[in-house]
Amino acid sequence: MATVEARNLTKLFDQVHAVDGINLLAQEGEFLVLLGPSGCGKTTLMRLIAGLERPTKGDIAIDGKVVTDLPPRARNIAMVFQSYALYPHLTVERNISFPLRAVGMPKGQIREKVEWAAQMFGIERFLDRKPRQLSGGERQRVALARAVVREPVVFLLDEPLSNLDAKLRNSARDELKQFQRSLGTTTIYVTHDQAEAMGLGDRIAVLNQGKVIQIGTPQEIYGSPMDTFVATFIGSPPMNLIEDGGTWLGFRPEALLPKEVEPDGDNMNFRLRITRIEYLGADRLVYGVIEGRTPEAHVISKIPTNIRIELAAGQGYDFVLRKQDIQRFDRHSSLRLNGGAT
Amino acid sequence: MIDTYTTAPKRAEAGLLARFADNERWLSRVMLAPAILYIVLLVGFPFLLSLFYSLSSVTVASREIHFVGLENFRRIVESGTFWLSLKNTILITVISQFFVIVFANILAMALLVDFRVKWFVRFLILLPWVAPISLGSIGWLWIFDSIYSIINWTVRVIGLFGPNFWPIWLGQPDLAIASIIIVNVWRIVPLATVIVLAGLTSIPKDIHDAAAVDGAGFWRRHFQITAPLIMPITLVALLFGIIFTFTDLIVVFVLTRGGPYDQTQVIASWAYFTGIQGGDLAGGAAISLFLFPVLVAVAVLFLWFARRAEVT
Repeated sequence: MATVEARNLTKLFDQVHAVDGINLLAQEGEFLVLLGPSGCGKTTLMRLIAGLERPTKGDIAIDGKVVTDLPPRARNIAMVFQSYALYPHLTVERNISFPLRAVGMPKGQIREKVEWAAQMFGIERFLDRKPRQLSGGERQRVALARAVVREPVVFLLDEPLSNLDAKLRNSARDELKQFQRSLGTTTIYVTHDQAEAMGLGDRIAVLNQGKVIQIGTPQEIYGSPMDTFVATFIGSPPMNLIEDGGTWLGFRPEALLPKEVEPDGDNMNFRLRITRIEYLGADRLVYGVIEGRTPEAHVISKIPTNIRIELAAGQGYDFVLRKQDIQRFDRHSSLRLNGGAT
Repeated sequence: MIDTYTTAPKRAEAGLLARFADNERWLSRVMLAPAILYIVLLVGFPFLLSLFYSLSSVTVASREIHFVGLENFRRIVESGTFWLSLKNTILITVISQFFVIVFANILAMALLVDFRVKWFVRFLILLPWVAPISLGSIGWLWIFDSIYSIINWTVRVIGLFGPNFWPIWLGQPDLAIASIIIVNVWRIVPLATVIVLAGLTSIPKDIHDAAAVDGAGFWRRHFQITAPLIMPITLVALLFGIIFTFTDLIVVFVLTRGGPYDQTQVIASWAYFTGIQGGDLAGGAAISLFLFPVLVAVAVLFLWFARRAEVT
């Protein structure tokens, strides 16, 4: 258990700032998610923390001690790769015990540890198999067992769920969170999947173009995004932004509802001409244009299916928006202007 | 409604060439033909001819051919030069391939790292492979020359040899064998390097990263991760190296002509000297046939092993 700190961390690849002056602190035992679009520098940041890349500038501190000049093996961290990076020529047992043999642990102790880790992930049956004989989910468990087995002070997880199919991903997410809670090890988790980030993270750091844009709990990130990038990156579909004088007016699709749902209250009223309706099972996504605005304001409304108001494409309807759900962003700096709703 | 069918729809007519190109049965035969022709005419026929010669009394001087059974083989096995050639062939092959694999691994790992003049170094490393063996060997002939040897002069100038120390590289049997080994290593290393390099680049970067994070240092990473992973492809390089070295006659022919006193004779060169220069075609054919079972065994063994060790 340890804190992980990035101090003014910068990494240049051919004059491009992959990581651009990042300051970040992961608390003891925290599950910190690095979230951002591809190319935002989240994987580079993780590789810097692991010691697989050397920073151009700045320092990494683990448990308060600067480890910038130490090789990966001296940092006592464990990493799970997107590809799992299992050693294809070694059995599962040998894969898991590799980090232990590397530090020269006695044989008997290695066997105990491997059994403990294998049991934690329910892979005792596969110990004699080679990785290619395992399914994607089983490989992922082996990779986690290999990371856990030497009880590192920090886990680094680089999109460990992205190679699993959608069904498996949900249950794996749940297991991952549970095992992290039970071990209480500081965990840094890289993903571009916001559902994963929201579901797993104690806190989320949203990255873009090598910088941390916002760091906070899932509620803070979703409820009061720092700028229009976070506002549109988080949430599916993204936050609606419409021009309003010198500001952007931002509101979540689920905040925009037909007037019949909430006829009274401190609301903003819109006349919406519906262009298209998508039925998604639990929700309906209604795409429309707000009438009487220039330039045209395209918005999306997300209506739970249990609101059974008849809507049809090509027609106009009255929609409302509670004033407290509205956020404003500066048109030039794209930063949030008011305090937000939550 | 009947009218619809009165004019038959125009059938799409494919040209003769297009029809042939779409006929996989014939196309495959035509495309395989050159390779089969090559093997039959230039490998199969000479092989059968030498089988026939080895059981006959054919010489370059006589038009008569008699069947003599295994007489030629008896003669060869009873001669001391055969056993010496066999010993030399195996010795040269084994020692040179050991160094080839070691050097190829070192060079391939060096080439894996990015540096500024990498393309030029790559070009230099490949040079011995693209140069004709005979030209390369003649170059080495000068390097090992008894009077002008650049090695001897360089080492003398540096002062490593005493004033009376002057090795005659190609004149002393053990040094001559060493020289042949050196040239063979020089010749095979480029190919082996390229093959091993292909193996190294096929290992995902994640695997090396995982090993580094898992606490493995350079040697552990090399011998427990990299080396086993490139084992199948290293075996392919080794297989090529063994076959090229085992059957080679040019290096020995240019450097020593089997001398001094047949001490550096290998099977291929001895077959050549007996059959072509000595005129004993039957004897030469019989000697060269001794290469065959060894090479078949090596090829089968390695292909089997390479398949077994394949990793996905």
